Amino acid sequence: MMRFLNNRLTFALVLTALVSGPVQADSRIGAAPLANVQLADPDQEKAAKHLMETIRCLVCQGQSIADSDAELAGDMRSLIRERIQKGEKPEAIRSWLIERYGDWVVYAPPARGSALALWLLPLLLLGVGGLVARGRIRRRSR
Amino acid sequence: MRKILLWAPLMVFALLAGVLLRGLQSPESGTVPSKMVGRAAPDFVLPAAVPSHPGLARADLARGKPVLVNIFASWCVPCIAEMPVLLALKRQGVEIHGIAIRDKPEDVAAFLRDHGDPYARIGSDVSSQVQISFGSSGVPESFVIDGSGKIRLQHIGDIQQDDVPEILAALKAAQ
Repeated sequence: MMRFLNNRLTFALVLTALVSGPVQADSRIGAAPLANVQLADPDQEKAAKHLMETIRCLVCQGQSIADSDAELAGDMRSLIRERIQKGEKPEAIRSWLIERYGDWVVYAPPARGSALALWLLPLLLLGVGGLVARGRIRRRSR
Repeated sequence: MRKILLWAPLMVFALLAGVLLRGLQSPESGTVPSKMVGRAAPDFVLPAAVPSHPGLARADLARGKPVLVNIFASWCVPCIAEMPVLLALKRQGVEIHGIAIRDKPEDVAAFLRDHGDPYARIGSDVSSQVQISFGSSGVPESFVIDGSGKIRLQHIGDIQQDDVPEILAALKAAQ
C-alpha cells in the first residue's frame, strides 16, 4: 500500500476518483409515493421492476433506476409503478421515456444508427473467428 | 502477406485500446439533452408552488406569445447564480414561468424573497413528473416555448450572461 501511495501520480488519480463525481443537492421532500413501495399486484410489480432495470438513471449514469438512490431515479420508479398500476404496457412507458431522453435512457439500445454497430460487430467477429478456426482445424487434420 | 496477417491481431488490439483510452480520458459530459425540442410541450397541470403566484399548466404556454420556462428549485445552488440573469431578461420583457422541483411552499417563498422573483407563474412539481415529461434531467434547466406551445430551445444548467443572446434570439425566432 505504501509503495502504491508513493507513486504520486497514482495517488492523485485515486484522490480525484474519490472526490469527483456529480455534485448533487438533495431536496427536502421525501421519496415519491411509489418510489420505494411495491405494487400490491405481484405481476404488476414484476413488470414494473423488470422495466426499471432497463432504464438508465439520468443523474448517476452507469446505474439503472432500480439500483439508484438518486431522487430523480426514485421519481422515475414512482412514475413507472403508477403507470403500470393504471394498466399501461411496459413497452409503451419505455417508448414514452425514449421519446423524451432518446435511446440513451435505455440499456440495450434499439439496433439503429451508431448502436447498430454494437449489435452487428459481435456477430461479424464471431464469423471471422469461425473462419479462422475452420482453417486451423482443416490444416491440422491434413 | 502471412507476416502482415501475423501482426493483424496486435494492430486490431492497439486500435481498440486507443479508442477505449480516448473514451476514458474524455468522459461523458453528464448532461442528457431533451428530445422534446422541436415538439409540442407535454400536457400538464401543476398547482401553485407559492400562494403569491398562480400555478402553471400547458395552456399557459400556448397563448400566442413565446415564453421562457425555468425549471428550478430552492435547494439548487446554480439556480441562485442564474437569478440576476433571469431578472435582467424579465426587465427586457421576457415572460418567465417557473416549475419548482421537489419544493415546499415556504422554501420557494424564502428563495424568491432572498434571490429575486422573475416569475409570472410557478407550478409545483413535487415528484418531478412534469420535469421528466419535458425530458429534463436536472435543475436548473430552461425551455424556450413559442406561442403555439412548441419547445424551441433547451438550455441545460444555469443561464449565464454569455447565454443571453442565444436565449433572446430563440425567443425572437419563436415570435
